[in-house]
Amino acid sequence: MKSRLGIQAAVLSLALLLVLIGVWHVVTLPAESAAAVDDEYAKLMGAGAQKTGGFPTPAQMGETILRHLADPFYDYGPNDKGIGIQLGYSLARVAAGYALALLVAVPLGFLIGMSPLIYRALDPYIQVLKPISPLAWMPLALYTIKDSSVSGIFVIFICSIWPVLINTAYGVGAVRKDWLNVARTLEVKPLRKALLVVLPAAAPTILTGMRISIGIAWLVIVAAEMLVGGTGIGYFVWNEWNNLNLTNVIFAILCIGVVGMALDFVFAKLQRLVTYAD
Amino acid sequence: MAFLQIEGLTKIYPGSGGKPDTVVFEDVHLQIERGEFVCIIGHSGCGKTTILNVMAGLERATEGVVIMDGREVAGPSLDRGVVFQSHALMPWLTVLGNVAFAVRSRWPDWDEDQVQEHARRFIELVGLRGAEHKKPAELSGGMKQRVGIARAFSIRPKMLLLDEPFGALDALTRGTIQDELLAIVQQTQQTVFMITHDVDEALLLADRIVLMSNGPRAVIAEIVENTMPRNRTRHTMHHDPQYYRIRNHLLDFLVNRSRLYQDGPLRAQHDPKRPRVVRPGLDDTTERPPAQVVQLRH
Repeated sequence: MKSRLGIQAAVLSLALLLVLIGVWHVVTLPAESAAAVDDEYAKLMGAGAQKTGGFPTPAQMGETILRHLADPFYDYGPNDKGIGIQLGYSLARVAAGYALALLVAVPLGFLIGMSPLIYRALDPYIQVLKPISPLAWMPLALYTIKDSSVSGIFVIFICSIWPVLINTAYGVGAVRKDWLNVARTLEVKPLRKALLVVLPAAAPTILTGMRISIGIAWLVIVAAEMLVGGTGIGYFVWNEWNNLNLTNVIFAILCIGVVGMALDFVFAKLQRLVTYAD
Repeated sequence: MAFLQIEGLTKIYPGSGGKPDTVVFEDVHLQIERGEFVCIIGHSGCGKTTILNVMAGLERATEGVVIMDGREVAGPSLDRGVVFQSHALMPWLTVLGNVAFAVRSRWPDWDEDQVQEHARRFIELVGLRGAEHKKPAELSGGMKQRVGIARAFSIRPKMLLLDEPFGALDALTRGTIQDELLAIVQQTQQTVFMITHDVDEALLLADRIVLMSNGPRAVIAEIVENTMPRNRTRHTMHHDPQYYRIRNHLLDFLVNRSRLYQDGPLRAQHDPKRPRVVRPGLDDTTERPPAQVVQLRH
């Protein structure tokens, strides 16, 4: 029954894709009549050259995708790198910023979750800092760090930290009293308690925060790289926009979507790994 | 001096917003001997769980002390195993993992083989052989509570504290586990203090049954001695002539007398340090003045 539903859903998805491409194809059909009427004009505009100003057709799109995927790691200088290299730069920045965020957010979240005093003391800061768009930090980061790539990492750090911090604090604070009492009656030492009781108990909540964070980080890296430039998928999008190459822009958008999905998938798997049935 | 002494235990919850303080129970005295099984019965709100938590060291009383084995109880300790009403198993660990966690806490120097073997022995003791690698979520309520018991026993505590361990179980399962608990306790000569709501459970398991009056201002109203032989079983217990006498006495207390201690003559006569000890059917204490009770007891 379940598999039949799956097949039906797959068929429907495929049909939807075909309809979408069909509509796209029809809408972007080249206006041949205009070109045929005035050969002279066409020649003036660059005879034989492909029309580039318009929105790409699905066929052009497909060709671009194949071309990129055939050689994703080429490097012809700063303005012409393969999509794989660009995505690699972005992922490396996200990984660095995200890892730093975890290093700060998880221990700090533990502290906040375990101590009502620290919770109250830090709460106003968190409440003020949390809603700030990570990109608003960019000028400050550029000014103080003086390195665009590291500034990008800082922006990822600052945007990844909040969901992990808040979820860790909440998860740690909400660990069932019974389990803590068991640990107390067994005279479990604080570190052992934190690692063997509190951490596994709070792990599902922490992983939820991490999953939210990685999603936000991937959203933000594109915007950050558009600003700082140089390398990365965000820069690639901006660069291709400047080249007026919409095909490449669309391709980059697709890549961003697929990578984002893959990241979320990985964290969903991790989440399932630490979730316990009660 | 008894193995465990409760002296002058009082719990007061301060009233908030101008409301008067709530005295849950006051001036509770109790002695428990080594190897004794004591049950405490009382209506909800009389502070049974608080008393147990104070004994466990998980909660502090407003006044009074608990002394175990010559030392004041100042906090939780491996000397006192607790079986929680809600079983309190860690759902991310297997049955074996839960018991082994306790064993490792008790003997940190043991190597892994020793820990596993010891844990397995206690899992077997409660009849859970074959379920070692199951997670608590895969177990029935009765099996979970068995794991809780195995965990508490596995650390070989000097005293076992059970907070209504079978309250959430169906009658059939409860009976089976009661039998098992009885067998283990008789085998190990464990000192046990247990909260229950179930009169028959107390009759089966306890050597003495402590009756708490209703709260607020609850006191230990009486201590009933279980005069049935210690080798009683669930199946034969009700043939004992003493069974209905004790049972009626307990029910009569819970239904009628438990609420008469808040004030009035019963309260005035009540000596918190030496609550009346009753042996229903053997000494007819209810009709006689307290002075004679003492004579009859000896």
